[in-house]
Amino acid sequence: MRRARRSHLGALALTVLAAVAVGCGVGGDEGGTGARAINWYAFNEPGGSYDMAVQNCNEQANGRYTINYVKLPNIADQQRELLVRRLAAEDDSIDLASLDVIWTAEFAEAEWILPWEGDRREAATEGKLEGPVETVDYQGKVWAIPHTSNTQLLWYRKDRVDAPPDDFTWDEMIDDAVEKGTAVEVQSAQYEGLVVWINAMITSAGGQIVNEQGDVEVNDTAKTAAEIEKKLATSAAAPPGMSTANEDAGRLGFESGRSDYMVNYPYIYPAAAEVGEDFQKSIGWARYPRSVPDRPSAPPLGGFNIAVSAYSNNPDLAFEAAECLASPENQALSAELGGLPPTSESVYDDPKVRKSYPFADELRESIDNAGPRPVTPAYSDISLAIQKTYHPPESVDPNTVVEQLRDRIEKAVDGKIF
Amino acid sequence: MEAATTKAPAAAPPRKKQRMTDRAKAERKLAWLLCAPAVIAMLIVTGYPIAYAFYLSLQKFDLRFPDEKEFVGFANYGDVLTSSTWWNDVGTTLIITVISVSVELVLGMLIALVMHRAIFGRGPVRATILIPYGIVTVVAAFAWRYAFDPTSGFVFGLPLVPDTWQPLTTKEGSLFVIILAEIWKTTPFMALLLLAGLALVPDELHEAAKVDGASTVQRFFRITLPLMKPAILVALLFRTLDAFRIFDNIFIIQPGGALGTESVSILGYNVLINRVNLGLGSAISILIFICVILIAVLFVKGLGTSTAQQRGET
Repeated sequence: MRRARRSHLGALALTVLAAVAVGCGVGGDEGGTGARAINWYAFNEPGGSYDMAVQNCNEQANGRYTINYVKLPNIADQQRELLVRRLAAEDDSIDLASLDVIWTAEFAEAEWILPWEGDRREAATEGKLEGPVETVDYQGKVWAIPHTSNTQLLWYRKDRVDAPPDDFTWDEMIDDAVEKGTAVEVQSAQYEGLVVWINAMITSAGGQIVNEQGDVEVNDTAKTAAEIEKKLATSAAAPPGMSTANEDAGRLGFESGRSDYMVNYPYIYPAAAEVGEDFQKSIGWARYPRSVPDRPSAPPLGGFNIAVSAYSNNPDLAFEAAECLASPENQALSAELGGLPPTSESVYDDPKVRKSYPFADELRESIDNAGPRPVTPAYSDISLAIQKTYHPPESVDPNTVVEQLRDRIEKAVDGKIF
Repeated sequence: MEAATTKAPAAAPPRKKQRMTDRAKAERKLAWLLCAPAVIAMLIVTGYPIAYAFYLSLQKFDLRFPDEKEFVGFANYGDVLTSSTWWNDVGTTLIITVISVSVELVLGMLIALVMHRAIFGRGPVRATILIPYGIVTVVAAFAWRYAFDPTSGFVFGLPLVPDTWQPLTTKEGSLFVIILAEIWKTTPFMALLLLAGLALVPDELHEAAKVDGASTVQRFFRITLPLMKPAILVALLFRTLDAFRIFDNIFIIQPGGALGTESVSILGYNVLINRVNLGLGSAISILIFICVILIAVLFVKGLGTSTAQQRGET
């Protein structure tokens, strides 16, 4: 009797499993199932500009297609995991995916996304800034349409420190902060943000981690980055909790008044208005600091591009929908409501955008001079290797860092463990 | 009749040299039939994934480079076992396992004694103690992370806690918080298993010992503990197996296993899910599986843990 009941339970368990499996397959509100439904997987833009863009495009499409905005987590690593898992399983419920600028090579190499060819290529890149256009390029083909861009500026307190000169270096900034008894906010937790910082210091010193041919090229500039990182981490200007600091921790620290300098994305500016108008007015901005005195900085480049999935059932409509979502009008919405810098040149002259971005020109200049992160299909492996090598900040050894990084990256590229 | 015995089905080898009656044979057959659905279900949900993971672990297989897929034998295992990363992570995992399980055993025993002896409000006491175990691990982990957050953690506002102490910014501190979260979360489970063991100790023995003049401490160490040994070992086995596979707490408290808090499960996750390297990742999964089996064998063979004893079927 007892055994009989167990086998019933077994059968029941199987039934439940089957039901769950089916449930996962055709999730209720995960996307539309109509023939003309275009499912767009993108991060949950808190300002609501993506929702409005979807609405605009659906109205313009006049029934030819209907975009469903499927919201992904806000953390880039989590978005990537979700997309990679689904695309590797050839999931046809994704038509459009918003890809962080660093994923292009990986997704293109795996043939998870479709190239933009002919007229489409033209449509994707026309009137766009050069930096963002480079991020959709992999081996001579265009793999996505640049949608939003991003870059970091140096933010400082006008009421407490002097305006930084054009050739302001990390060294000078740290020294000044130590002298004034204040902190410098950076992103130095073990995550992609650390890679952004380290890579920016390396490119600002004239180096790169992977060259144009896709080969690993770690040189002394990796040491320069480690020296700056260690100097800050072991100085009095290190912010509390530096080894777990992300963008928001830095923003909160800056808002609390403990620091007079911060490198961060422009979203902190609208956020500062919520602290108080006076506080927002006390914030100044400048170009990203230099790694070496005689070389202009190469600031970080971020942002999102929209790609068409190779497993989409409606690729033609998907291309059309992507073009609409990334149109200058919708970019202006994202800039205004979401604090996401545009990729189209013309949007920078939009009076509304200029009003919410008093630093629009500096932003554009920063994007134009940005130093991209490595373009390679093994990007996520290389990113993990950089994170492990440069973390925790105070224990980095500038004398061995070049060797360590080269070793880890080579293992990463070979698909080995590190 | 002798011939019939030798023809007994291979699936049910005769353990004793006793002849099976027809009825016994029929019952055995029925038993197998009745078990079959459960066995098949087990094979599908556990046997197949393990076999498939083993098959994957013998290949070079990265989802991003499907063209480079090839059979490489045990090369992935060689890669893992010769890397310092793996052994560091095994070390970290063992530190977490040993400390958390030992503390849980002591605390769990104390709580079990309280629950056992509670005279009034037995139900509410037990329910209260079980609350941490009822909370989703990820939610609990977030609560601990925010409690110790360098900018907003409330812990630093408490008396006796130095303001400059920032556990989540160092390896030792992070391990401390992770172990603390683990202990807080699973001590009730330990206590529950131990409570079941306590219930097995007959009161007569205690009374007899009392009459003989044994003190409370003596009775605990001479009567309660020896009789509870099977229950303790089972509780330790379950918790050790669980703790060795620790994932959620680390994943939330130090995302990505930062600051050297990477456990073997986090490593497996990073390789499998983040790097989508199915070959190497599966090798790590199989190695974790082997470690878990080794722990179980150590407990069962080495220390004589037996679930039969626990059920009182010796």
